[in-house]
Amino acid sequence: MLNTLTLHEIVEHLERRECRSEDVVQAVLDAIRRKDDRIHGYLTVDAEDALAQAKAADVARAAGRTGRLLGVPIAVKDVLNVRGQPCTCGSKILKGYTSPYDATAIARLRAEGAVFLGRTNMDEFAMGSTTENSAYGVTRNPWNMDGVPGGSSGGSAAVLAADEAIAALGSDTGGSVRQPASFCGCVGLKPTYGRISRYGLTAYASSLDQIGPMTKTVADAALLLEVMSGLDPADSSSLSVPVPDFRASLQKDLKGVTLGLPREYFVGGLHADVELRVQEAIEVCRKLGAKVVEVSLPRSREAIATYYIIAPAEASSNLSRFDGVRYGFRAAGAEDPIDLYKKTRAQGFGAEVKRRIILGTYVLSSGYYDAFYLRAQKVRTLIRRDFEEAFKSCDAILSPVAPTPAYRVGENSADPLQMYLGDIFTVPVNLAGICGLSVPCGFTADKLPVGLQVVGPALGEEAILRVGYAYEQATAWRSQRPEFSGSLS
Amino acid sequence: MVDDKAQSAKKMDVRYVANLARLSLTDDEVAQFQGQLDHIVEYFNQLRALDVDGVEPMAHATPVQNVFREDEVRPGLDRDTVLKNAPEHNPEVIMVPTIVE
Repeated sequence: MLNTLTLHEIVEHLERRECRSEDVVQAVLDAIRRKDDRIHGYLTVDAEDALAQAKAADVARAAGRTGRLLGVPIAVKDVLNVRGQPCTCGSKILKGYTSPYDATAIARLRAEGAVFLGRTNMDEFAMGSTTENSAYGVTRNPWNMDGVPGGSSGGSAAVLAADEAIAALGSDTGGSVRQPASFCGCVGLKPTYGRISRYGLTAYASSLDQIGPMTKTVADAALLLEVMSGLDPADSSSLSVPVPDFRASLQKDLKGVTLGLPREYFVGGLHADVELRVQEAIEVCRKLGAKVVEVSLPRSREAIATYYIIAPAEASSNLSRFDGVRYGFRAAGAEDPIDLYKKTRAQGFGAEVKRRIILGTYVLSSGYYDAFYLRAQKVRTLIRRDFEEAFKSCDAILSPVAPTPAYRVGENSADPLQMYLGDIFTVPVNLAGICGLSVPCGFTADKLPVGLQVVGPALGEEAILRVGYAYEQATAWRSQRPEFSGSLS
Repeated sequence: MVDDKAQSAKKMDVRYVANLARLSLTDDEVAQFQGQLDHIVEYFNQLRALDVDGVEPMAHATPVQNVFREDEVRPGLDRDTVLKNAPEHNPEVIMVPTIVE
């Protein structure tokens, strides 16, 4: 049962020669074969190629090569370019596309010996909170087969929960790593903007996008963060700061740590079980030695409106490259280039992507730019200032990741605004450019996972990893595994 | 700047905006998106209540401004690799419908 182990456990097994990479990859492939026709977390798995990578890693180890991830399989969200593999972004418009190069984050993992085993399902172009917006079918939540895994990195979260992966990658523009991690009971980290190079990450909203690790434990997330972080000449927004030894910050207590609770976040509107679990988690942190204080984030109220102006605006520009000319799908029967663009985009994009392109084009159009886009950018400054003020009196902020546990499949599909409101606790973190961690903190009465969000200031990953780790070590939520049954009330 | 009242009363011209984005829509899509998008834009109006006078707009999350490098020739993707992903191509170029007669 190697597939059930954590990333750190696998690394130890491999280093002690207690198993081979080939055994690990085979165990994961077997789990995929047994479960993924029901979960549908993967879009593509190239078993032959994965086994070849694993054998090469085993040969390299025998020859004395080392690497922090030598022979460890990693599942990759279908938005990141891995040389020679497909990258559809969950969209029909990129059907048939093969990545000609590695994203920088992928190249750094590869340099440490990682094996890239498959591509996980996602909301089309990372737009969505359920993975229902994929052009390639719905992913199921292993904790309840009638529930969504969250999104947009829902495939990565689901395959971790189902032990069809050892570790995975996601991308987070407004919560797309943290919220599915919360819905599926795994760990998800949204690093500070600029911490990990975005080169090779298909752009959704460039001022908000970050790649993030999705893992079974906090220590696993720290390791992947460490490998992927650092300045990259190919991404001018990547930060020129040293990469700390993130695992060195992991301690079992929270003595000397001050945690902030935003008073605006606990005033109703939360699912009762979510509120209970988060309150219990706060108590655990207190017992671990943390001091808990109240903080205020008044402009978080306007974060959803701000986000759903800025993100679609950037998306409408970024997605203009998908026009049927250079790659992917091209509609038949076009009369001229404009007709080609319009037909290709009409047939290639799904409804949510079209909505956001129209919305983004609208808020940037003449006469509306000042009223919507420019105003949203100013409110974004206010949101960032709120956090700067709050972090004067605390080291990290605790909140739920999402106001509810996993939705039922189909629950909000006709009402996009209702769906957007579920992002209330995650989007402020992206708007401010700071970091956030989702850690499992128990279950609802229906046995759906609940996530605790730990938010840190810019470059505050060590603080949030420390809080997440101490909390995780003091609890044992990971010992409970899904049973793959259905029926949600 | 459009007058506040006029703007909030006016519905989005979905087909016009979609055309700006080079997106053709079916009548069903226009009907579906109209209600959804009007609802979302109405929600955006909450931002009007905030006083943002004198607040700097935030376009990016990092303090990084201009990043320069030496202007030197470096290898890019080779032509064959790029053409492999093109929906229509000959051995040298990507093919598109006629632009100029």
